[in-house]
Amino acid sequence: MAGKQGSKLDRQKFFADPIMVTTIVLLIAFLTLFILYPLAILLVDSFVTENGFTLDVFRRIMAMSNFRRAITNTLRVGFLVGIASSLIGLLFAYVEVYVELKTKLLEGLFKVVSMLPVVSPPFVLSLSMIMLFGKSGIITRYLLHIYDNSVYGFWGIVIVQTLTFFPVCYMMMKGLLKNIDPSLEEAARDMGASRFKVFSSVTLPLILPGLGNAFLVTFIESIADFANPMIIGGSYDTLATTIYLQITGAYDKQGAAAMAVMLLCITLIMFIVQKYYLEAKSTATLSGKASRARMMITDRSVTVPLSILCTCMALFVCLMYICVPFGALFRTWGYDFHLTTKWFAQVFTRYKGFKAFRDSFLLSLIASPITALLSMIISYLVVKRTFKAKGFIEAVSMLAMAVPGTVLGIGYIRGFSGGVFHTGFLQGLYGSAAILIIVFIVRSLPTGTRSGISALRQIDKSIEESAYDMGADSFTVFMTVTLPLIKDSFLSGLVTAFVRSITAISAIILLVTPQFLLITVQINEFAEKGAYGIACAFATILILITYSSVLLMNLFIKHFGTSRATNDV
Amino acid sequence: MAKEKKGVRLEHVSKIYKDPKTKKEFYAVYDTNLEIEPGTFVTLLGPSGCGKTTTLRMIAGFESPDEGEIYLGGEPINALTPNKRDTAMVFQSYALLPHYNIYDNVAYGLRLRKMDKETIKKKVTDILALVGLEGMESRMTNQLSGGQQQRVALARALVLEPGVLLFDEPLSNLDAKLRVQMRTEIRRIQQEAGITAVYVTHDQSEAMAISDQIIIMEKGLVSQIGSPQEIYYHPKNEFVADFIGEANFLKGSLIEKTGSGDTAEGVAQIGDNKVEVKEVGHLNVGDECELVLRPEAATLADQGQLPCKVTLSCFMGSYQNYHVLVGDSVVKITDFNPKNKKIYEVGDDAYVVFDPKNVHIL
Repeated sequence: MAGKQGSKLDRQKFFADPIMVTTIVLLIAFLTLFILYPLAILLVDSFVTENGFTLDVFRRIMAMSNFRRAITNTLRVGFLVGIASSLIGLLFAYVEVYVELKTKLLEGLFKVVSMLPVVSPPFVLSLSMIMLFGKSGIITRYLLHIYDNSVYGFWGIVIVQTLTFFPVCYMMMKGLLKNIDPSLEEAARDMGASRFKVFSSVTLPLILPGLGNAFLVTFIESIADFANPMIIGGSYDTLATTIYLQITGAYDKQGAAAMAVMLLCITLIMFIVQKYYLEAKSTATLSGKASRARMMITDRSVTVPLSILCTCMALFVCLMYICVPFGALFRTWGYDFHLTTKWFAQVFTRYKGFKAFRDSFLLSLIASPITALLSMIISYLVVKRTFKAKGFIEAVSMLAMAVPGTVLGIGYIRGFSGGVFHTGFLQGLYGSAAILIIVFIVRSLPTGTRSGISALRQIDKSIEESAYDMGADSFTVFMTVTLPLIKDSFLSGLVTAFVRSITAISAIILLVTPQFLLITVQINEFAEKGAYGIACAFATILILITYSSVLLMNLFIKHFGTSRATNDV
Repeated sequence: MAKEKKGVRLEHVSKIYKDPKTKKEFYAVYDTNLEIEPGTFVTLLGPSGCGKTTTLRMIAGFESPDEGEIYLGGEPINALTPNKRDTAMVFQSYALLPHYNIYDNVAYGLRLRKMDKETIKKKVTDILALVGLEGMESRMTNQLSGGQQQRVALARALVLEPGVLLFDEPLSNLDAKLRVQMRTEIRRIQQEAGITAVYVTHDQSEAMAISDQIIIMEKGLVSQIGSPQEIYYHPKNEFVADFIGEANFLKGSLIEKTGSGDTAEGVAQIGDNKVEVKEVGHLNVGDECELVLRPEAATLADQGQLPCKVTLSCFMGSYQNYHVLVGDSVVKITDFNPKNKKIYEVGDDAYVVFDPKNVHIL
């Protein structure tokens, strides 16, 4: 069949739209240069030496006992954190969706827990873990009178990461459980199954792929996590921290590159399994919408223990967050509990607090609108347009999700410190504010894109077609129709990008030059030195900034967000 | 109202799609030739998957033809994007811009054409009066009923004074009563505006009520083009006869023929019975033929052309609904105003009676 004319005409029409074409070309250039190229250079670095193609570098790093140990450490932590987080997440989700909540307190706690992963800077839990359970921890030393408790190491990381990541699982599982049609379970109950039997034979099999999905997502997050192992890991090194030390301590750039490739391989494999196998499966089994409201479990023998369990855990998480501002207000943590403002004062007088906040704030403020706009453009292209390079754009922006920050950081060092391909081209980028902003953008892009895509899928294609038909070109359609319709998603993307940027550490710590002071890097530095007062003061202010920007966004959406209300015409 | 009524011409237009499951290519539209005269109301009618919407979307520019060329007002438009074509479309889902009110929705296209504020205001007000929405400019689209949204969609397309107005099953989301009301409205507005309209639907009564010309499509092919009367009374094949209205098919053969062309008459053998037939110019003696008998063109009587047995007799108010067996084929008969007529019951023997002029021969 002669299908050529149609595609030729489609191409002709496509190129009749110069703004669209330019956008796509720029986008491809950006993705290639700042996501693909740094990863490619890591591959080149680790396989090619002066002697040509070789496996020497890998042989060398595999011979290092600390690297081998780091691999097993990382996998062990990731595995345990993945299991613990997905189970606790499931518990919380189950209680919220199935169990009649009796108290206002618990409802409030659930809200707080779902909010935490959005606003929480990376080290907060590690800091408070040390302050609560460390050598001079309040609980260990003053309540239990244990004077030599060590929180550092395997269990420290596992507990802190579990508490950090389980809210994500909770949100994922909540979405799944809500999609189960209650009549399925009622049918099983009607046929004579006990409550537990219903859970084990109906509910659990239905959500199993989703649970696996949550497990892998957490596993990847845990493996990629840099901040927590850095502070609470002690001598227990994970891949992310080992790579960091390899490049900052041993100055072994090639070794670090090869290690980064190994880390990337692990996360990439998991990501592919998660994305293309489990995610599809978990939504396929639960595509149906709940037909009507679920009969909540009111049986006290179920509700009371579950409620108490969730309340305790949620309270514990809250306690750990509250610990941080107090850490900044006590004169000497663990010894002198007089309130003082000296740490806050020192932040600004001695440690250039103003500069740190200005730098962090400004860089994030510049990065976030670019990120939000870019992710909306990518989602628009992916959902609403058809063109050859679409698969590339979608794949690369999703790939960024699987790349640990540390890997990206090493990739940027290797890729840009001598200019692109060591030719000096774009060398000026390295060490500049621009590269920090680019890292912020790349790190937040996947989240924004994902939420943009799901928002756009809700919008009837013919709405944009109608605007196009009335004479608008693609750019006008995007600006006057698409963007206003996904305003909420754009706004939340904006704030998420801002929060993610201002709390970012793993990639940025490798790229930041003394010229810039970033809050997160400061927290890391003072926590490392054991100056918890200062670290807490920095962290408190950071939490305040992120929390208030989320509040601001919610207010804004409440007052100006109309897109949701009008979508369901 | 239209600046210039434009005709649409399709020359050997084909569109190839790929089946997403089998990966096989097939013709969604095959070698279609159409000539739509300026100012007429033309309907593309057919079951789902027949290629009618694809044809419409090719005229609008959302799809590109794989073969052939489309002309609008004599100009080839294959390479033009939808926004550069002098067409305006009314979508099935209305596709109103949900973040704009009625006024802004209607003014959207005018603003893109960089008209001045006063002109836009006048045009929008005029067009809203035409579709019966005066005074509702500031309503948001989600505050409107289905029928009102429909009117906005129509106004928004009309206000651009396009060469051709395209409708993609615009009434399918409305309830039955409103559908009847709106189709009359659409016809009135089209006549008042004097605009060329191409209308896609799968509802045959809608097509009959609204069109100057109906184009029947089946599996990507044009089956028949003609006025509603032509299509109803002289369907070209079984598909058209069956799709438009209800039809009984009686198979037989032509055994006698006198005259030729339009005045040819003859006798057909149906089972053991001989039936007088007209309009048989296209057949020769001995040819197989098929009688198309509309249910309302036949009645039952004690004497008549075809003996039959009643298998269903059902009072429907305005008519009596019969199913009768002629040989071994079921014939449906609707006998209107049965109040003072003889009613046949199930199991009765009777005769099917019809005027040969009301029978179409395939």
